Amino acid sequence: MFLGGAQAPAPKNISGNLLHMNVHEYQAKAILGKYGAPVPRGKVAATPDEAAAAFEFLGEPQAVVKAQIHAGGRGKAGGVKLVSSAEQARSFAASLLGKPLVTHQTGPEGRVVRRVYVEAASQVSRELYLAMLVDRKSEAPAIIASAAGGMDIEEIARTSPEQILTEPIDITIGVAGFQSRKLALALGLRDRQITEFHNLLGALYRAFFDTDASLIEINPLVVTSEGRLLCLDAKMVFDDNGLFRHPELQELRDPEEEDPSEREASKYNLSYVQLNGNIGCMVNGAGLAMATMDIIKFHGAEPANFLDIGGGADAQKVAAAFKILLSDPRVKAVLINIFGGIMRCDVLAQGVVEAARQVGLNVPLVVRMEGTNVEQGRQILNASGLKIIAATDMEDAARRVVALASSK
Amino acid sequence: MSILVNKHTRVITQGITGAAGRFHTLACKQYGTQMVAGVVPGKGGTQFEGIPIFDTVEQAKRATDANASVIYVPAPYAADAIMEAVAAGIELVVCITEGIPTLDLVKVKRFMAGRASKLIGPNCPGIMTPGECKIGIMPAHIYRPGPIGVVSRSGTLTYEAVNQLTQLGLGQSTCVGIGGDPIIGLNTVDILKLFNQDPATEAVVLIGEIGGTAEEEAAEYIKNHFKKPVVAYVAGQTAPKGRRMGHAGAIIAGGRGSAQEKIAALRAAGATVAMSPAELGSTMKAVLGARN
Repeated sequence: MFLGGAQAPAPKNISGNLLHMNVHEYQAKAILGKYGAPVPRGKVAATPDEAAAAFEFLGEPQAVVKAQIHAGGRGKAGGVKLVSSAEQARSFAASLLGKPLVTHQTGPEGRVVRRVYVEAASQVSRELYLAMLVDRKSEAPAIIASAAGGMDIEEIARTSPEQILTEPIDITIGVAGFQSRKLALALGLRDRQITEFHNLLGALYRAFFDTDASLIEINPLVVTSEGRLLCLDAKMVFDDNGLFRHPELQELRDPEEEDPSEREASKYNLSYVQLNGNIGCMVNGAGLAMATMDIIKFHGAEPANFLDIGGGADAQKVAAAFKILLSDPRVKAVLINIFGGIMRCDVLAQGVVEAARQVGLNVPLVVRMEGTNVEQGRQILNASGLKIIAATDMEDAARRVVALASSK
Repeated sequence: MSILVNKHTRVITQGITGAAGRFHTLACKQYGTQMVAGVVPGKGGTQFEGIPIFDTVEQAKRATDANASVIYVPAPYAADAIMEAVAAGIELVVCITEGIPTLDLVKVKRFMAGRASKLIGPNCPGIMTPGECKIGIMPAHIYRPGPIGVVSRSGTLTYEAVNQLTQLGLGQSTCVGIGGDPIIGLNTVDILKLFNQDPATEAVVLIGEIGGTAEEEAAEYIKNHFKKPVVAYVAGQTAPKGRRMGHAGAIIAGGRGSAQEKIAALRAAGATVAMSPAELGSTMKAVLGARN
């Protein structure tokens, strides 16, 4: 999502990034529609019968049934189909619901489809690409547009970056008319379409700001056979830090789409990312957590996770984090690396001891602690009677934990 | 000498009565920093540990001639606090608060355009000139005065680097944590420019991480303008694509912003890159040894 301003190289991976909170296509379209963006009429369905009823409700000769999962590439993966009867809608929905759909963004295990979206079909004459995101370089929201829509935008960015246009927005002005005209002309739009395009950009911008979005992506934005603009697909991602002022968006969160460990971690405000290795890591601070993963790799092993317990973690939070680590069956050894500034080493030690007593410690644990109250922390660990290997520094810690994980 | 802060810096704490504000204001005062005032709306006229509290930054500045402020106020109110300090003409605003919505920072940066104030952070440990001035949450006991400048996007990783430097007898001129958010105040290049002009800084440790293009821009500046040795480390060499690693700014988007690209750019610019975070101090020692 982070690109370098109007003249900078094009973004390569706009779609598919798990930046912050995601919502489903039907939810994104409902939000954008409310702001005046042209979206097709549609109805969400959780059962084959509901899908059939949705087809009848729309009353169109044809409809599109689309699997609702938090991943792109659904069309290519067989998750989208044009249907001409309620019966067809029912049987296609039945073939999708409750089963995993594997796309190039889901990983080999796929994502279980729990809802489909039944939408009025449109006659498409052209497909365009349109997105809005926060551009780091201009430090403002920016519009990304391309005449090569509907396709893999990452591929276009790689092969013909000149086809991708970037227009930063001055937040004291909003989307200016000249910016809309410039982009519209470059996209080959004309006459009434230019006004429609300007109105669409205005709608997206208002939705973006009002909801603390970090990404809106319309791929494709289509020109219908009647020459009207229509948002055929829509993706919205929201800034987690802005969610406190949008309780209505928090309700859209779909826990089924999140990794169970990551969901558990977010309950305790822990920053956790599941990885593929066998060394569990618990660190304070995102930079040090990444560096800890790096040094494990540097010594020839793989981290099982990224876990930042943050600055002001209490014993309870440390215990929760420790339990999440131990719940991963692939974890063969655990490394705790703490440089206590705000975080006190005695508090950390208490949390670790508490958690280890509760869940039982059946893998080797290497602890490296430095900083505030480090002596008290070491005493607590020593007095606990738990089998804990104390490391002198980060290098020593990495070497020990890698040896322990591979010896098992 | 040093950059941005020294023993003459006079600091206001915005949010001095919160838990973090109280704890760290005291720690900074004990270190010797001139903590001259606190600001808490509605608590003007009271005091904390002998430090007078005012309702507004403007009042605090007028009464105490402060030229810096440090912000601990909660994320929903932090952007407003930054703008208040900037509007009052505070020269250096250090925002420790994490979790501020990105679009709030967009507004803050627009508000700051054309004004003289400098912002450090948000979501950062702060800035410290060892022996003279500590503004922020860093553990003071690991720092020593000396010739190495440190600029970093990460907090605890900065402590790691500083600790290694100190243990090898390499003190620090000024250490700046610029923060891990996508939109921040002073960036890596801004800090490098200041280190370039600072006679007390002989070499620089640069700590980057995945996401954005700050390290590539730093590499460009180092190649063309920077006169002193740079030892760099980029966190996140093993981070997967498309996943945010704790910091809102730390994400590899489609191959851009990867550690490998950043390391290559820094190396091409003449910086010495430590591949292991445990080798930051020893790498600096070797670089300085080879030079002398």
